[in-house]
Amino acid sequence: MESAASRKKSEAKPAKLGREVQARLGQQLRAMYDDVVNQGVPDRFADLVSRLDGTDNKDKH
Amino acid sequence: MDESVRKSVLAAVPSLRAFAISLCGNVDRADDLVQETMVRALANIDSFQPGTNMSAWLFTILRNHFRSEYRKRRREVEDSDGHYADSLKSQPEQHGQVEFTEFRKALAQLPSDQREALILVGASGFSYEEAANICGCAVGTIKSRVNRARTRLAELLSIDGVNDFGPDEQTRAVLASGE
Repeated sequence: MESAASRKKSEAKPAKLGREVQARLGQQLRAMYDDVVNQGVPDRFADLVSRLDGTDNKDKH
Repeated sequence: MDESVRKSVLAAVPSLRAFAISLCGNVDRADDLVQETMVRALANIDSFQPGTNMSAWLFTILRNHFRSEYRKRRREVEDSDGHYADSLKSQPEQHGQVEFTEFRKALAQLPSDQREALILVGASGFSYEEAANICGCAVGTIKSRVNRARTRLAELLSIDGVNDFGPDEQTRAVLASGE
């Protein structure tokens, strides 16, 4: 039974999802993603760019 | 550094973080990944072609760096999927995060190539072509991965409506038995 199941699984093509299901998945995915995006740029990254930028300038001048 | 370059690098940070967290499932590790990506990117800023998509360039660096790190870690930690799931559990549930817990868990169960394809196209807003460039594969491969990811997610989350669009019970049973 297990082998039949795994055989079926390997043959299984992705089922065609309805528009509504796709829309709901997309919504959840973006909500999760945007939750992080909306946190903006944490200080450590702004500081990092300034620091690397400063080094860069020092090297050049 | 050119002011416009500096601005476009910083502008990409929020989205890079969201991508990184989706990839590795752990905020601290994701932020380290973003930091390492930025250090690499800025050290190689001369290889960035002005006028092209800065965000796509940074995503490519992050993705490749994650892949090489991931392979290393996979050798160290055999059950990388279990490791991923554990790292999700250990995160404090921040305000607004609870509703995403189930979704993140389902996302964590996808193969990593499907996960990254789905996020790039479905959340980061890249075209199939851009996603294919970032992942270094064919456009058709990205499309197929995204479709598979969506199907699997719908199954894992038992999203109502799947049955309205086809006889899916059998697929569902097969996928469930594959766990």
